[in-house]
Amino acid sequence: MASILIRGGRIVDPSQEIDRTGDLLLRDGKVVGIDVDVMPADVDETIDATGLIVTPGLIDMHVHLREPGREEDETIATGTASAVAGGFASIACIPNTNPPIDTQATVEFIQHQAVRADNCNVFVVACVSKNREGKELAEIGQLVAAGAVAFSDDGAPVYDAELMRRALEYCSMFDKPILNHEEVLELTRGGAVMHEGLVSTILGLPGMPSAAEDVMVGRDIALAEATGGRVHVMHISTAGAVELVRRAKRRGVPVTTEVCPHHFTLTDECLRTFDSNYKMSPPLRSRDDVEACLDGLIDDTIEVICTDHAPHALEKKMQELDVAPFGIVGLETCLPLVITHLVIPGHLTWPQAIRKMTINPARILGVDKGTLRPGADADVTIIDPELNWTVDPQQFKSKSKNSPYGGHELTGRAVVTIVGGRVKYQLHGCPT
Amino acid sequence: MTLDVNELGAIPAAWTRRHLLGLEDLSADELNIILDAAEMFRDATHDCTRKISVLTGRTAANLFFENSTRTRISFSLAMRRLGGDVVDFASGSSSMSKGETVIDTAKNIEAMGVDVVVCRHRTPGTTHLLANNLRCSVINAGDGPHEHPTQGLLDILTIRQRRGTLAGLTVALVGDIQFSRTARSNIWGLRKLGAHVILCGPSTLVSPLWREMGVEISHNLDAILPRCDVLNLLRIQFERQSTRPFPSVREYALLYAMNRQRIERAKDGVLILAPGPINRGVEVTPDVADGPHSVILEQVTNGLAVRMAVLWLICGASARELD
Repeated sequence: MASILIRGGRIVDPSQEIDRTGDLLLRDGKVVGIDVDVMPADVDETIDATGLIVTPGLIDMHVHLREPGREEDETIATGTASAVAGGFASIACIPNTNPPIDTQATVEFIQHQAVRADNCNVFVVACVSKNREGKELAEIGQLVAAGAVAFSDDGAPVYDAELMRRALEYCSMFDKPILNHEEVLELTRGGAVMHEGLVSTILGLPGMPSAAEDVMVGRDIALAEATGGRVHVMHISTAGAVELVRRAKRRGVPVTTEVCPHHFTLTDECLRTFDSNYKMSPPLRSRDDVEACLDGLIDDTIEVICTDHAPHALEKKMQELDVAPFGIVGLETCLPLVITHLVIPGHLTWPQAIRKMTINPARILGVDKGTLRPGADADVTIIDPELNWTVDPQQFKSKSKNSPYGGHELTGRAVVTIVGGRVKYQLHGCPT
Repeated sequence: MTLDVNELGAIPAAWTRRHLLGLEDLSADELNIILDAAEMFRDATHDCTRKISVLTGRTAANLFFENSTRTRISFSLAMRRLGGDVVDFASGSSSMSKGETVIDTAKNIEAMGVDVVVCRHRTPGTTHLLANNLRCSVINAGDGPHEHPTQGLLDILTIRQRRGTLAGLTVALVGDIQFSRTARSNIWGLRKLGAHVILCGPSTLVSPLWREMGVEISHNLDAILPRCDVLNLLRIQFERQSTRPFPSVREYALLYAMNRQRIERAKDGVLILAPGPINRGVEVTPDVADGPHSVILEQVTNGLAVRMAVLWLICGASARELD
């Protein structure tokens, strides 16, 4: 396999506490090292990364690929193409497909489709419960054997507290985390479409109170504490939940959490347009909640940034707000939003931001990714930190265009994504 | 401003809107333009015989995805009194039941040459969705619990007719605020025209967050009664509630029904409004609904005038835009 020399970039690898300018050499699908002595003639390809940032291949641990079952929204091929266009070399896919990913056969189907697509690494999150019904445990041991890296019934919470308890106990045997969608459904029934607050009161739209998330996060923390099982709070969005996780971590409870860009960049005020691209679950919250998510990112209560990439075909979203499905695509806007809203304003340094998109999710999922140490898989993302561009969802590689960020002017994006030593994405004309 | 029905033709220059989606966005001047025009139409047509042919050749489509009696009939009559045509659409008997989306349904009806769509729908924002996707004008005839601008306007017109002005009046909206589009349109309209607004009802149906919008919150009707110039009694929207917000209708009526005893403790000349349909014995007792303080039927008459004014202004603005 070929060798690639990435010259002159600012190498940011939080897994090794590296943040310096250097030359990164990749060979035969592996990282050789930084500033290794090599003759230019011995390198197959050289990328000039002067002025660019070179990081371990980014990881998104929360992606809905829709295949099998809803190929009109996304396929594994289009979803992974979207991932590499957003700078992600690895993603974890969530099992709320049809059929759900609750058997070895389905896990292997996903893996085969990912190999055929040949874009990025796909790690499989499998169901906690059979058929994602929340009644009986899925065959977790067999799913681990097939390669599942974590368990989740996302789309829905693991609702039965006893099942959640048993799942945590059982998964701890395999050292796998449970990723839970945190929502008390009784508090959000009646067609709730947005955060409950002044805006929902004015708009007459049924609201999802913060307490619906806080109560479930509290339950899961208590169960993690009781069982020693690892709970990962998915797409945290409320000030209350951030504080609960912060306190639990101080006590040493095995809990981790993630946040999506929309929950630190947008508020429920956006719903005043009644645009269904602002409808997701958990919903866009208040300004105070956005501030709490930022604080959580800064003090590392929130150690992961993910997308909750949720593609929906246009005809499904172009409906009344109560009928339109929850969720937005995010793979191709995540990194630019992190740069524009977290790094440039000084909330996070580059190493802090990249850590939350590389080694932190890798460690939670227990995968050997997210690092540029010698011998690691040659997954690399090269970022232009100063490129100004305007989001046009029609240009997305994703099959679906349901993004609320159309027209947003952002700074920075991935210009090259290398997966296993091969360039899988290169922004046209970059690097120059 | 004085409008002479014989010189109709040009709409006031200050009116530029092609859609009427809610009262939240309107200025006091715009509200007054509609109210003045409605007064003119009411005076010109109060004998119900005159037809004012200012919208000849124009067509309005009533797209009612939720049930309605008075609003739909009122819009239809208003359009016909102005010389226009009306087509009616009811969702139960249409292709909606075959899975067509609301936008497609509306676009198909628009393609038949409709100038204005009057839409009622269970979901807030659906009229905004249509306004963004159609070329014709859109009038909101009620989008879920969000807004019902012509209802707000007719309530306000009824109060203005009796009291001359809204400024300085204390108006209580009583009952189910949470699920009431009438409440929201009234809140915006009344506040802009200088009235003091009190929202009164059980704490499960009256959010304290409304205080941030400059309105007073009360859960005790008897306490606010002596201060109110107007009481607008809102229907309990049982059909929108996923959990019943009070223990029983009996308990609700004991706390909030407007009855003879409460009328006696109210200000002399207090006005009783109800947007209808009224639940006799729940929010208002029959003796009050039919009594001397009630202006419920005046509201219905004013509703027709308000809708004539709105159709005239909206069609005029879109015609001007085409010029």
